[in-house]
Amino acid sequence: MDYAVSLSLIAPEIILGVSGLLLLLVAAWGGDKGARVISIAATIALGGAFALVAPAVCGGWSGPDTLAFGGQFRADAFAGLAKLMIFAAAGAALIVAPRFFERLGAMRAEFPILVLFATLGMSIMVSAADLITLYIGLELNSLAAYVLAAILRDDERSAEAGLKYFVLGGLASGILLFGMSLTYGFAGTTNFGGIAVAVSDGLSTGQLFGLTFVLAGLAFKISAAPFHMWTPDVYEGAPTPVTMFFASAPKVAAIALLARVSLEAFGSQSLAWQQIVIFAALLSIVIGALGAIGQQNVKRLLAYSSINNVGFILIGLATGTLAGASAMMVYLAIYVVMTVGSFVAVLLMRDAEGNPVEGISDLAGLSTTRPALAWALMALMFSLAGIPPLFGFWGKFVVFQAAVQADLIVLAAIGIAASVIGAFYYIKIVKVMFFDEPAGTVTGKGDAPHWALLLICGVLVSPLGYLLTGWLGGLADMAAASLAVAF
Amino acid sequence: MGGFPILSVMLAVPLVGAIACLFLDAKPARMVALVATLINLALGVVLWANYDIGGAQWQFTEYNELFDGFAYALGIDGIALMLIMLSVFLMPICIGASWEAITKRVGEYMAAFLLMEVLMIGVFAAQDIFLFYIFFEAGLIPMYLIIGVWGGQNRIYAAYKFFLYTLLGSVLMLIAMLWMVNAAGTTYIPYLMEYDFPVEAQTWLWLAFFASFAVKMPMWPVHTWLPDAHVQAPTAGSVILAGVLLKLGGYGFIRFSLPMFPDASADFGWLVWGLSMVAVVVTSLIALVQADMKKLIAYSSVAHMAIVTVGLFAFNVQGLEGAMMVMLGHGLVSGALFLCVGIIYDRLHTREISRYGGLSINMPAYAVLFMLFTMAAVGLPGTSNFVGEFLALAGIYQANSWVAFVCTTGIILGAAYMLYLYRRICFGEQKNADAAAMPDLTVREYLLLGPIAAAVLWMGVYPESFLAPMRADIEVLDARLAAAAPEGDANLAMGEGLPAEEEHAEGGAH
Repeated sequence: MDYAVSLSLIAPEIILGVSGLLLLLVAAWGGDKGARVISIAATIALGGAFALVAPAVCGGWSGPDTLAFGGQFRADAFAGLAKLMIFAAAGAALIVAPRFFERLGAMRAEFPILVLFATLGMSIMVSAADLITLYIGLELNSLAAYVLAAILRDDERSAEAGLKYFVLGGLASGILLFGMSLTYGFAGTTNFGGIAVAVSDGLSTGQLFGLTFVLAGLAFKISAAPFHMWTPDVYEGAPTPVTMFFASAPKVAAIALLARVSLEAFGSQSLAWQQIVIFAALLSIVIGALGAIGQQNVKRLLAYSSINNVGFILIGLATGTLAGASAMMVYLAIYVVMTVGSFVAVLLMRDAEGNPVEGISDLAGLSTTRPALAWALMALMFSLAGIPPLFGFWGKFVVFQAAVQADLIVLAAIGIAASVIGAFYYIKIVKVMFFDEPAGTVTGKGDAPHWALLLICGVLVSPLGYLLTGWLGGLADMAAASLAVAF
Repeated sequence: MGGFPILSVMLAVPLVGAIACLFLDAKPARMVALVATLINLALGVVLWANYDIGGAQWQFTEYNELFDGFAYALGIDGIALMLIMLSVFLMPICIGASWEAITKRVGEYMAAFLLMEVLMIGVFAAQDIFLFYIFFEAGLIPMYLIIGVWGGQNRIYAAYKFFLYTLLGSVLMLIAMLWMVNAAGTTYIPYLMEYDFPVEAQTWLWLAFFASFAVKMPMWPVHTWLPDAHVQAPTAGSVILAGVLLKLGGYGFIRFSLPMFPDASADFGWLVWGLSMVAVVVTSLIALVQADMKKLIAYSSVAHMAIVTVGLFAFNVQGLEGAMMVMLGHGLVSGALFLCVGIIYDRLHTREISRYGGLSINMPAYAVLFMLFTMAAVGLPGTSNFVGEFLALAGIYQANSWVAFVCTTGIILGAAYMLYLYRRICFGEQKNADAAAMPDLTVREYLLLGPIAAAVLWMGVYPESFLAPMRADIEVLDARLAAAAPEGDANLAMGEGLPAEEEHAEGGAH
């Protein structure tokens, strides 16, 4: 393999890595005073990487030409599409974060740098074509994320979130690594292509164990039930921009990775993992829905909502078909927009002094005190609930369509019936905002960048989003197709 | 009409109005809403005038591949035309009914109503199955807000119940739709109406659609959301709920369940008949003992809708035509009855029947109009409901005389509870001083009730205007059902009556 080709394939990762290191030097000498400049520079670096990845997605790159470094890294359309979402979500986090931290007097120069490194890790994850690449990417992302969760050093909740995330994340990594070693032991290779060949004539017991542990470790990372317990605590404790980042980008990365492991490495043995995925999907939908009902904190509620959404995304994977993978990518794209929008709305919830407010009861009567915020949040809530004509419906629609096409009608029926439970707490937020008497807590003004981001997300989840369905569906189909012709 | 996209314009006018209302103060918002709904009424009249009776089955069609997986396809047949007319006719009246009663957050209120109008017209005009679903489900959002924000005491419970009940009903239908599209390879409703699904699959598909439409209809025993929603909704909300939203269920049966799954519809006829029989008797008896006027009318709606379902599942032309006429007639009459309740509620702020009495003394004009609508609800010949109920019951008699027998008791019970209601409100002595001091109708209220009264009489005296556009479509549907229709138990032998006499019989005598 020619190194020049390999290096050109990882150009986006090189940009992220080099700019991360450079900015780290700037921060080491410049201190926290330069934090805002570093933020802007990091956003530009993400934009550059985004522009470099875009051709791969639009061109539907696939096949052996996309392999780099002797089959360890793959820059195909599937990875590209996931990267676009990751970069966009990371960029959104960088845009909203400075205002938030500056209010608390805690804006640190390392924040944008950690986001860059986490993004680099995720970028490697989704491009992994080898278990070792997978692990390197995952750990690079996780280590950065642990620090991000605890970045508010003076805040006990933030520290607690960081510690919880670290301990449980470390456990998950251990499980994953154990699964990988079993897989390596029984398949004789760490390369996805090699594993695919080794399991093509049936799974041995050892390989099955390896697969199960790998899936369990990854389920931890995407916070799918029954490995979801850390999510509400971490989401609640971490600073809101960090939570927004956690809920969007790493989910995309881990789900794309899960899809790649399942469909590429173990694609011929789909019956072995389909049961596991179906189980996790249905359990996530139900737990995400039931757990959210009693919540008093918006961030905790959104944490359960993300568990719930992961369940629907996994239904796309459970089909084991390319249509399912495509539906999953469409759902992910819509999910990222809805999540970013919801957390930006949470950031805009401020009391008169500008301090963040997170209680659901504080939202009471928001429609009379802050109508624009209330209407945007209502659109996002109905969208997350999957009520047409909002765009969130489309994500559920394509996923269930794939499930029906794959003849998983019972799964689709149970899944969609359980989505009604979830609708209950979304409409409860709307009830608090629109039907209750004003509580008068959320009165503070928001910042222009936050409003701009909320406006973009609002327009995307509005019925206007349907005009994008053709384009988005085409990209997702090409991305999924690139999984099929991997080798 | 050439290529003028009149249906799209009818969707766009209220949509633009809704967006404008969001940003306007109370007074201009009311005007914008009224103007938008009146424009739509005018467009509706143009639509009806240009509808070519006996022409193509689907007219005013528009087709645009805007989306991935489904198309922006609009078009109407006679059935949809009539229901669209009902919607555009009731909307300005709803806006008028809210003119003074709604004082808080008027802009948002008007926006929600205009949005409702967009979605209702969209449901009836959609020719793509997923477009239909989007319009059908989207109606939940504005209705949830209308009940929850502007409703009465227990509005939040009612809003939740309405939302979750109807959502649960319709999500399974989405799965069924996905399966159908996957099997038939098209999302275009006119094609799906002619596609023969395998008989075993029809059973499941029919049940999934039934779950949705039965809740919307609503059929006993899933009707319990309706009284709560009605009682808590503002007057105009009740009018639109009873007038148009309940028709979505019936429209669903006639557009989807019957033509797409004729065999399953025949197999499940007993289920629909059984539930309808129970509904007619039970909800009529429940209506008889209500102390709340709105609840009484809400339960009577359930009973009337049961007549619609037996008519639909009679599998003959009379039954289908009768079901459509009951839907139209009930839309007008129940809407008018809710307005009548609203008028006295605005004066005394209670819906309790016992707080009124002897209103015919101090509100004679009100008493006359209320009497007309009461008689129409009872099904007196010469009013709209008589035509529909007679046809529907005549239809079901051919299919099963026992069902006809039980359902006809609904007419008697209907007379009982409606006349009893009327006696308690308008007749008797004026035992409450405040009720006795209420002034008679204002000009605005005349303008609300007058047009409905005219339409009720028109439909009762000359129903041909309304039946003519639907006749061809109902015959097509009847032909589609003919193979599956169950054999009747009545064994009617057609006499050789003169044509003139037949026409006479259909016209109004009994």
